[in-house]
Amino acid sequence: MTTQIASTDEGRPSASAPEAPTSTGSRTTRVLGLATLVGFALLVLFSFVLSPADDNQGDAVRIMYIHVPSATLAYTGCFLTTLGSILYLWKRSQWWELVAYASAEIAALFTAVTLATGMLWGRPTWGVYWVWDARLTTTAMLELLLLGYLAVRRLPAEYSVRAKRAAVIGLLLVPNVIIVRQSVQWWRTLHQKPTLFSDGLDSNIEGLMLFSLFLGFVVLGLFFVWLLIHRFRVAWLEEQIADTGLDAAIAERRAEAGGVDAAGRATGPSAPGAPTLATGEAQP
Amino acid sequence: MTGTWPYVIAAWLIVLGAFLGYAVVTILRGRSLSRQVPPERRRWS
Amino acid sequence: MIRDALVVAGKDLRLEARSRVALNQVLPFALLVLVLFAFALDPDRGVLEEATPGLYWVAVLFSGLLALQRSFAVEAADGNRDALRLSGLDPAGIYLGKVLAVGAQLLLLEALLGVGVAVLYTTELDGWPLLLATVVVATAGIATAGTLYGVVAAGLRVRETLLPLLLLPVLAPVLIGSTRAFEAALGGTPSEGWPWVGLMGVFALLYVVAGVLGFGPLLEEA
Repeated sequence: MTTQIASTDEGRPSASAPEAPTSTGSRTTRVLGLATLVGFALLVLFSFVLSPADDNQGDAVRIMYIHVPSATLAYTGCFLTTLGSILYLWKRSQWWELVAYASAEIAALFTAVTLATGMLWGRPTWGVYWVWDARLTTTAMLELLLLGYLAVRRLPAEYSVRAKRAAVIGLLLVPNVIIVRQSVQWWRTLHQKPTLFSDGLDSNIEGLMLFSLFLGFVVLGLFFVWLLIHRFRVAWLEEQIADTGLDAAIAERRAEAGGVDAAGRATGPSAPGAPTLATGEAQP
Repeated sequence: MTGTWPYVIAAWLIVLGAFLGYAVVTILRGRSLSRQVPPERRRWS
Repeated sequence: MIRDALVVAGKDLRLEARSRVALNQVLPFALLVLVLFAFALDPDRGVLEEATPGLYWVAVLFSGLLALQRSFAVEAADGNRDALRLSGLDPAGIYLGKVLAVGAQLLLLEALLGVGVAVLYTTELDGWPLLLATVVVATAGIATAGTLYGVVAAGLRVRETLLPLLLLPVLAPVLIGSTRAFEAALGGTPSEGWPWVGLMGVFALLYVVAGVLGFGPLLEEA
């Protein structure tokens, strides 16, 4: 499986001329992709072999090296979506709209990863898969908000309709997350719970553990950017397909009306064998 | 502590699997869509 | 803008007065939700009494969704959307008018549900100022956010499933805040409730601004 990704990203030249690539890859993504792969390998090495177990959490801390960066990137993606939505609504920039869309989907992935790793960390540490603490709850809400945005963006409708409505949702993502976070935090701290459920990371994380965490941020950050570039290009292609589909349909209609269809055959009222209205046959 | 390792392994496998899966799907979609679009419209310009 | 708002609000409320959908369908639905909770939570075990504020507001939220769906369903019929756009009414005014109409219906609903809760769950109603303030800001939040997201979902065939998905996560802070405030009021510690009223006030303010600005552009396209 690793080879498949490696061959996509490394030095294999694209099958056609540089101006007409048949993939969403480019030199930038190949470099990034390679760096990400190497990075992941290093991260696994550090997380599992080179860094020690934590005094309190034991080996569960090794999950944190993905969990924390994932969470940060999820919120970063959400922020990008809001930013892109603002710029689309304000400047009509399609580039930013596509960034917003791609960001949202990637953020949804990272949020899911955050939740899953959080649960798998929580079970051995707290004894339960889920607690209604401020961070997990807010992250769960973030996922729901992102899914709402994606649902609107994917509506079967014209681009301008989808994009504008999604942009309004996207614009409100960051404010909503802030308000949700605030209300959940007040809710969970007003009635003091014992520190059993306080956040997992020690305040004095240090040495190799700190480095592993830092590495996690770098690697996942690179991966995020790599994904964003590819997903942006895919989103762009989707819109082109919608456009070309429409253009092709219009061309067909015009050709029919003009007596010649797309393949050059004679059609329309003057074509032999075509049903005509003039014969007075019953029409449905 | 021995009970912790299954969770750690599971977490990492899920994460790497999800990341890999999404990356592959995105790349493959990109290729399939590229082929359906005329060359001059394939990239943002 | 205010004049247009009153025109639209008047129209919506008159529509309601004639069709009585809120009265005949939404209110019974809300009461039904309360009854269902009683079935699910078994009154004899004390859970129902403790959970009353939360259950009340969940019932309000679900009924509010119905009221909002209705508010936009009346515009979907017979090319009303186009008529609204061509009418020359200020879009911000249309927005505010719809907010006022839905808000009024919600307030009526909440009052009647409050009676229902007092009776069915034998709740004693204490801490009036806090209860009233909570009801006002929570309703403002539901109506302002709901009308904005309602227009995003309007005119689409998937409206019925899209609106809940969009709106309920957004209204989660209102649910949290209104429930905590009610608990504080009913529990005799109103000072704990007022910060929540503040939060919900900010929420409603955010959405009324977003709605006033966004309703027009959203109404524009098909």
